[in-house]
Amino acid sequence: MFSYIIRRLAVAVPTILILIVMSFMLMFAAPGGPFNSERPLSPTVMANIEARYGLDQPYWKQMFDYTVNVVTRFDFGPSFQYRDRTVNDVIAQGFPVTLKYGFWSFVVAVVFGLGLGVVAAIRHNTWLDYLAVGISIGAQVLPNFVMAPILVLVFTLWLGWLPGGGWNGGQWQYVILPVIALSTSYMASIARIMRSSMLEVMNAGFIRTARAKGLPMHRVIWKHAMKPALLPVLSYLGPAFVSMVTGSVVIDVYFSTGGIGQFFVNSAFSRDYSVIMGITILVGVLTILFNLVVDLLYAWIDPKIRY
Amino acid sequence: MSIKATLLASGAAVFIAMSGAALAATHPVTGETLAEDQTFTYRILDEFPSYDPQLAEDVSGGELIRDLFEGLMNQDAEGNLVPGVATGYTVSDDKLTYTFTLRDNAKWSNGDPVVAGDFVYAWRRAADPATASEYAWFIELMALENASAVVAGEMPTDALGVRAEDDHTLVVTLSEPLPYFAQMTTHFTTFPTHQATVEAFGDQWTRPENIVSNGAYVLTEHIPAERSVRERNPMYWDNENTIIEKVVALVINDENQALTRYLAGELDRTEVPAGQYPRLHEEYPTEALSFPLLCSYYFNVNLTDSGPEALRDVRVRQALSLAIDRDVIVENVLAGGQVPAYTLTHWATAGFEVPQVAAATMTQEERNAAAQALLAEAGFGTGGAPLSLEILYNTSEAHQKIAVAIGQMWKTTLGVETTLANQEWQTFLDARGNQNYELARAGWCGDYNEASTFLDIVSTNSGYNDSKFSNADFDALMAQAKTSDDPLPLYTQAEQIIATELPVLPIYHYASVYMLNDAIKNWPVNNVQQNWYARDLYKVAE
Amino acid sequence: MFPDKAVAEGLGQAAQLAEVQGRSLWKDARIRFFRNKAAVVALYMLVAICIFAFFGGWAAQHERDAIDFALSGPNAYKGVPSFATGHYFGTDADGRDLFARTVQGTRISLLVGIVGALIAVIVGTLYGAISGYFGGRTDGAMMRTVDILMSVPYMFVLILLLVIFGKSILMLFVGIGLISWLDMARIARGQTLTIKNKEFVEAAVAIGVRPMTIILRHIVPNLAGIVVVYSTLLIPGMIITESFISFLGLGVQEPNTSLGALISRGASQMQYGVIWQLAFPLFFFIVTLFAFFFVGDGLRDALDPKDR
Repeated sequence: MFSYIIRRLAVAVPTILILIVMSFMLMFAAPGGPFNSERPLSPTVMANIEARYGLDQPYWKQMFDYTVNVVTRFDFGPSFQYRDRTVNDVIAQGFPVTLKYGFWSFVVAVVFGLGLGVVAAIRHNTWLDYLAVGISIGAQVLPNFVMAPILVLVFTLWLGWLPGGGWNGGQWQYVILPVIALSTSYMASIARIMRSSMLEVMNAGFIRTARAKGLPMHRVIWKHAMKPALLPVLSYLGPAFVSMVTGSVVIDVYFSTGGIGQFFVNSAFSRDYSVIMGITILVGVLTILFNLVVDLLYAWIDPKIRY
Repeated sequence: MSIKATLLASGAAVFIAMSGAALAATHPVTGETLAEDQTFTYRILDEFPSYDPQLAEDVSGGELIRDLFEGLMNQDAEGNLVPGVATGYTVSDDKLTYTFTLRDNAKWSNGDPVVAGDFVYAWRRAADPATASEYAWFIELMALENASAVVAGEMPTDALGVRAEDDHTLVVTLSEPLPYFAQMTTHFTTFPTHQATVEAFGDQWTRPENIVSNGAYVLTEHIPAERSVRERNPMYWDNENTIIEKVVALVINDENQALTRYLAGELDRTEVPAGQYPRLHEEYPTEALSFPLLCSYYFNVNLTDSGPEALRDVRVRQALSLAIDRDVIVENVLAGGQVPAYTLTHWATAGFEVPQVAAATMTQEERNAAAQALLAEAGFGTGGAPLSLEILYNTSEAHQKIAVAIGQMWKTTLGVETTLANQEWQTFLDARGNQNYELARAGWCGDYNEASTFLDIVSTNSGYNDSKFSNADFDALMAQAKTSDDPLPLYTQAEQIIATELPVLPIYHYASVYMLNDAIKNWPVNNVQQNWYARDLYKVAE
Repeated sequence: MFPDKAVAEGLGQAAQLAEVQGRSLWKDARIRFFRNKAAVVALYMLVAICIFAFFGGWAAQHERDAIDFALSGPNAYKGVPSFATGHYFGTDADGRDLFARTVQGTRISLLVGIVGALIAVIVGTLYGAISGYFGGRTDGAMMRTVDILMSVPYMFVLILLLVIFGKSILMLFVGIGLISWLDMARIARGQTLTIKNKEFVEAAVAIGVRPMTIILRHIVPNLAGIVVVYSTLLIPGMIITESFISFLGLGVQEPNTSLGALISRGASQMQYGVIWQLAFPLFFFIVTLFAFFFVGDGLRDALDPKDR
């Protein structure tokens, strides 16, 4: 197992390098540039700016210099869009925000999602099942750009209980609405995957055997059914966790949290190459890391799995 | 200044501030009772790229800079020039030399005096290729001597036409007379910067913990894409007349969300979404405001070979323009006090009178009839060759509404089919800038309050002339207007050329449409550039 | 196909096994599906929505792009749903008939959802099953590819598609297809890792069945349950992703529309007394998703060989 982890981490390096090269090629090929604006700059001014940011270099050299700086000095360069900040500043400010509401959304989604899924499965085709499925579908069909304004209308304008946006250093009042808006659809997905996989497991031979032996239901579920049923949920949770902690642009926009999701989309729209790259690498590293964690958990759930 | 003097000065300022607070119950001039909490909270659409005066490039960054820094001249509530750091200026007879006299009590927030050298430093910094400012063009626009050569790196920065005669005298040399030069010193690019701070902290000098500024406020907090907070600067020379203690700018991307939060009392000012003004005005008559804003909205017409041939026929362009029912756009689509545009320059531009072009004086029925006749004459439309056009716009609900409405008008009046194409911003700019379109939306806000800022758009060598219009008479008129004592008749002729040739189809003149807390007083509604200064505002008790 | 799995489950279920083998599996599944009331109702709803989306236009009194300026902008609140005016669903913020627009939007969104889910199911399942079954270096390479594709800034891929190929509905489906299968591949691969250790697979390997045959005949059918459920979960995401793709300029362009676009505009207007602009498109969105979910669950139950 240990050598497997080492191998996977070793492969991560070329994976990230390929990601960097691909992203650079995509960005350079897309129309526009970081300093294109409604009012076109005169060629001399544009030349000054490009020289300052090294954008006048050939593409391969920009890519190479960038990679060298990242690898040797952990320097992701200056932001082209926000002139007084580096990419490290942008991430250091935005990532903790999304990490916080993303993490709590993840907790909420997993706890309630698994609970609903298990209840629905063991009470299959009873009113409890229908209720659980109803809740999870209801939570899923309201897109978060519909839910977010509704939450603000209700909790801010009508009830006056919670602020309608902002972050304020992540005080709890500011975190609640983003967590509700972000977690619901993930919760619903988890519930429905869990329900389906639990149903499948509950019908498997070994569970029938356990029940035939006269084991109480809750013991059967906890000791025997839970682990194998979690497997497909885990496959879903790896990427879901990454996309939750790296933020949702909808949440950031509607709740003005200043999170990294919004920075990413804004930087993509304004072609802030260095910020795009920084966040892409962050997402890439997290994706690789959590998919590794998921793979390790597979082996824990099903010891027969060998890599 | 010695340390002792600094301490004394700040002690005095604190005393003034405290005595001000004790008496702050009423406004010194109007006698209104002031609110206890003098905090002004407003919404901005997006994080500003920078609030370094020489690097800033957008409206919301400019609003922040006008509070943090003070330039030579300021604008009053009507947009007229009033003294800032300079108490006044004189112009030489050849109109090429401006001499500004600086007040001797202006200070930086660390206590240093504001001297002419700070302006020289700032202006050179803006032009310096090493600074790589996008607003270097503004220095060129100001026609400072050698500006273009300095920006191009062909001359050293000290060749720039600005120098400090002494600490309180700033002398500016222009390469050509510029009637609106003094107006341009209210623009943030020309604001002074504190050399020692910039040199000590480099790119990070604008951070709240580093920044040294000379305006009525100092920056105390800045969380990008979330909020920025500025508070009273006790070092400001006119600090005793400042009433608002604290200004908070919140970044809220979604305008509907911002309106909800305004109604929940979280904001003192926000923009009104398109079409909502009449309803809000009825419900909140003292809070919903609309006043002119110096921007024009129009469609570019691709006149090059890459555009459809039909659009190179002036009759087709005239027909298209006539068939746009601008009253419907202004009243039924936007409904926020915008004004129909038949000419390019905003109607409220200083020293400008909207020329009476033919189209403006007709009724819409007459226009429609004329449009049909013109299109038939050109051989298109009903009975002629079918015409199908594409309108390109950057994705936005407001642009979409207008494009949809105009498409409908052309279809019903002229039988011209239109398709709409929306694109993400940079893709859109690229397509429009490379004439990869048929018709494209465009908007322009005046850089300064004078007609040439609008009319220059369609001059042959303009960088924003995406229609690629080129008319020798027009260019000659604009060149002549630059040095003329009375440019208005020339501008009128230029507008007439645009109204006939229609390289762009003017649609409407902007208005600012706000919800503004009615406890906030003295908002400069008559300043068409909406250059507001928080120190002019105050909040009365409810 | 399913009996392969049952073989391993011992003699205790021999009787059941005989019964299953007595009928065609698909026929068997069909019978079980139609016994599930919720699934059947959902299926009828889906049919009804398809009829609405493809033939509802005949009932519309107005063109979807005809503007009634008297009902646009500040007067949008006057565009209430009414049979008298022929605007059954009222008008949108521009004064256009919402019924005609919802019909057309539902059509686009149904197509997007179904095509996206199909691509996810076909490509994702096969990719995941192959990766998981072969394991080792193959698995490593295939899954790292997925990791990269998950992290690449997707927006630029879409912009490039737009710039190179121009805007069209086909490109919309290409754009949707490019990302829809990634999560599915990971889920299918995770399941395959445990399935391939089951005795019936080992038995198949032992008797020399070719790997691709094992994947298609033994692995994929056992993935069916989770795949069906997960594909229904993907549909709302697809429909929303479409509005983002269209925002960039690649997909549906005005005057055409989609449920995602209608809902997003309706949501932005909801506090202005025009709630129908949100309610009608959202209703069709929700009903469509409910229908897909229950049909999906019904399929899952029907395809699960042991669930009685």
